[in-house]
Amino acid sequence: GPLSERRLMDVRLGELPAWLATCDISAQGLLGGVQKAWSSYHDKYINVRRGGPAGISMLLAGYCLLSYGWNYQHI
Amino acid sequence: MNLSFFDQFASPSLMGIPLVIIAMMFPTLMLPSQDNRWITNRLSSIQSWLIHMITKQLMIPLNKKGHKWSLILMSLMMLLLSINLLGLLPYTFTPTTQLSMNMALALPLWMATLLTGLRNQPSISLGHLLPEGTPTLLIPALILIETTSLLIRPLALGVRLTANLTAGHLLIQLISTATVALLPSMPTVSILTSLILLLLTMLEIAVAMIQAYVFVLLLSLYLQENI
Repeated sequence: GPLSERRLMDVRLGELPAWLATCDISAQGLLGGVQKAWSSYHDKYINVRRGGPAGISMLLAGYCLLSYGWNYQHI
Repeated sequence: MNLSFFDQFASPSLMGIPLVIIAMMFPTLMLPSQDNRWITNRLSSIQSWLIHMITKQLMIPLNKKGHKWSLILMSLMMLLLSINLLGLLPYTFTPTTQLSMNMALALPLWMATLLTGLRNQPSISLGHLLPEGTPTLLIPALILIETTSLLIRPLALGVRLTANLTAGHLLIQLISTATVALLPSMPTVSILTSLILLLLTMLEIAVAMIQAYVFVLLLSLYLQENI
């Protein structure tokens, strides 16, 4: 379909700058994007009927990596 | 070399933007959100069970007017629990090691209990300053002592949480530094130290949960006296 309506995972690498130009960079748009990303992660890995520790463990591992990145200069 | 051990408590910032806000909002991702479904996922079920258990424990001693406080006390409990436990992961930042945050939580809540008591039942609240059955000669001294102990409560609440968590994190860092430093020269001592580190980590997990519980429990006790 048209470039602006496709999700990030469906956009090819060469089309990435064009796709970035079409999306909404305002504060509300970014917040909506973050909300959408979180709810798709949550619904896919955590909000399942027979979930295990994997969903949150990935989240916590990502948080540890993020904190490592923030603290890199101090180490 | 000594001063660098305290660097872990420095509030992290990226290009001057304090990231402590993100560190404090991260626990909200882990807690269940309102879904209006009858059967939720396993994470929500476990957390709902936990919240029900803690709410019953904390709110039973309070009278009916005190039950209005259940939302704020339970949200405080979940916040402290999640922040403390997340701080035990490597490289994460624990906002409750900052005295400023703990005092900001303790002082307004304690003051709220005090003012509630003074407004609704002033004589009973002031009566708590004098235990029953004291000899007459001791009354002035005891009132001074009880007033001091009343006024020091918010300070004690904040400092207790800060000191416990800060000391725990510092101990973990020191012992792990010792373990790594001893590894090339004395491996057996290094293994012993790593055993100590394992026990300490289990203690820290317990302390993280206990300190959050104690904070909220003491607030509910102060509320019981005053409501």
